[in-house]
Amino acid sequence: MTQPVNPADIHNTILAQQKAEDRKKLAINTVFIAILLVAPFVLYPVFLMKILCFALFAVAFNLLFGFTGLLSFGHAAFLATGGYTTGYLLSQHSGLTTELGILAGTLVATVLGLAFALLSIRRQGIYFAMVTLALSQLVFFFYVQSPFTGGEDGMHGIPRGELFGLISLEDNHNMYYFVLAVFIACYVLVQRVVSSPFGQVLRAIKQNEPRAVSLGYNVDRHKVLAFVISAALAGLAGSLKSVVFQLASLNDAHWHMSGEVILMTLVGGMGTLLGPVVGATFVVNVEYQLSQGPLRDWVDPILGGIFVLTVLAFRNGIVGEIQKFVRRNLG
Amino acid sequence: MTMMKKLLTSAVASALMVGGAQADISDNTIKIGYLADMSGTYRDLAGPNGLAALNMAVEDFGGKVNGAKIEVVSADDRNSPDVASSTVRRWLENDDVDLVAGLVASSVSIAVSDILEENDKLGIVSGSAASSITNEHCTPNHIHYVYDTYPLANGTASAVVKEGGKSWFILTADYAFGHALESDVTRVVEANGGEVIGTLRHPFPTPDFSSFILQAQASGADVVALANAGADTTNAINTASEFGITQSGQTLAALLLFLTDVHALGVEAAQGIQLTTGWYWDMNDETRAWSDRFMEKTGVRPTMVHAGIYSSTLQYLKAVEATGSDDAQTVRKHMMETPINDMFAKNGRIRADGRMVHDMYLAEVKTPAESKSEWDLYKILRTIPADEAYRPLSESKCPLVSSK
Repeated sequence: MTQPVNPADIHNTILAQQKAEDRKKLAINTVFIAILLVAPFVLYPVFLMKILCFALFAVAFNLLFGFTGLLSFGHAAFLATGGYTTGYLLSQHSGLTTELGILAGTLVATVLGLAFALLSIRRQGIYFAMVTLALSQLVFFFYVQSPFTGGEDGMHGIPRGELFGLISLEDNHNMYYFVLAVFIACYVLVQRVVSSPFGQVLRAIKQNEPRAVSLGYNVDRHKVLAFVISAALAGLAGSLKSVVFQLASLNDAHWHMSGEVILMTLVGGMGTLLGPVVGATFVVNVEYQLSQGPLRDWVDPILGGIFVLTVLAFRNGIVGEIQKFVRRNLG
Repeated sequence: MTMMKKLLTSAVASALMVGGAQADISDNTIKIGYLADMSGTYRDLAGPNGLAALNMAVEDFGGKVNGAKIEVVSADDRNSPDVASSTVRRWLENDDVDLVAGLVASSVSIAVSDILEENDKLGIVSGSAASSITNEHCTPNHIHYVYDTYPLANGTASAVVKEGGKSWFILTADYAFGHALESDVTRVVEANGGEVIGTLRHPFPTPDFSSFILQAQASGADVVALANAGADTTNAINTASEFGITQSGQTLAALLLFLTDVHALGVEAAQGIQLTTGWYWDMNDETRAWSDRFMEKTGVRPTMVHAGIYSSTLQYLKAVEATGSDDAQTVRKHMMETPINDMFAKNGRIRADGRMVHDMYLAEVKTPAESKSEWDLYKILRTIPADEAYRPLSESKCPLVSSK
């Protein structure tokens, strides 16, 4: 009765399934990219760029929080450092092309990230969060005092300049496609990191750190590397943001910003790739729509309410809940 | 280049006007965007009540100017230059907003003024304190209306020295705004024959001022000046009142304090404080009449910022009416040529750098015995003439001034 099973057949079936899965993913990604490509003709490009910058910031944060389980409460420091460095260099050196300015901003944020990581990584849980918060407050006070940041007035009139010295970024559409390209590249990078063996170790650390240690992984080194990548991407988001808005302000360095990125990640769905993107889009939109309407006095209480609701009732966030729903009913 | 273009457009616009072209108003609508902090620290001094003040000016015009409808849109800037700049960009580029009003946090005002210049639209800053807005950050596209730090330091310091306060102790918030105020005050005090016998910097923000106030008290200075703002100032005043600074004969001078702050502190804690204000509701019949109207709508008395928002909107609409245009340069030129005489200012004028200069007032907070009602808070000690109060154009770093 039993049919002889050919191992090659099983292999082929798995391959076919994987191919179908890949095709589905590719189709979804193509649709998303197509939407993003057309978006600036329908929606206001500066607003879209703002969403992309915050989405990148949230993706960076999620790499650390969602995938490694480290709650940093100091990511605003990297956002601001990227922004101020890029802004300062581009304003002071007119010969510098925009992409080099952005690169420099990212680099400085990366170095700062390494310093933060080495100091904070030895502590866990709430202590880790508090150490990162304390360090980012130090950075905040440095920016308050430094004359080059313009203090609480902020740094203004940062030139957008030209990409590679050729393409004028003054044009909102050019700027948008540049930001979009950087965003997609970073998103793909994070996707690769998460699905690589390195990413698997990060997940293992999140789920059970002592076990990861007992399996022989150098947990601290993995954590530091994850922290540094996350800081670098957050710095990149800040650099892009300063070029898009042509300003860098203290708001980016304030601990509120560190809180906001946690909100974005949680609302969107932490530990999912798309979650922070959806979360950032959601939060930026809610803030914008509310601040225009009759409820504008209530923006903060409403965002707070959404946060509480998410934590209490929808712990997986928007994307997480949708995935759960799809798995339960359609899978 | 852009300057040239602007001059040219305004020249063309005025040429058209001479030709008698009526209503050169785009879309036949005047759209005013009100941008302010609606939910944060600065909510009380401008906020939703500022919008009410703006709407009162629109009402005075019956909602129409030269047959064109006046529309008002508003948004919360959340004290963030990012939010402000994306909102204003959208207003100017997509929604044809002609005038941006309100504008409180300095970082917001500076960010917005850059965008206004890029799009050649007009903005009137009513709430910001930074004097740099019409100094190194001046543009041909914005006007700074109510006050700035220069007369606050200048007015309070020179007036208090003249009233006999010779030795000073300055308590400074340790960031750029505080440092600027401190150096301004020191300069003015010394120029008037006074002496600064001590300064002390406190971190920003500071919840507990006890140790700072005790040192100020121990210094024996005639005057304790507060070179800080917002919650820091009110915290310092509360602490000073607990230690009985004013009761023991020292004068407390606040450099940036609004009517709403004093109201929140209460006369018990704030009595005797000297401060400079651009306007006070209980100065004459005209101001009282307008304040009654304002109070009917909002339930509170207006700050100088509320009055300034009303007055500046009124002046803007009058200029639109007179020129028949909503072109930023045409309207600004007319506003600069016309002296401002309304319940807010007498003989106020807008200078080339965009600074509206008008008389300022040195006020003292009344004692509980003197204060007859909830909002009866100030007595005006002296008027500081406009030319004495504001930074003279000869000291200006604004390029618009030197080109004149």
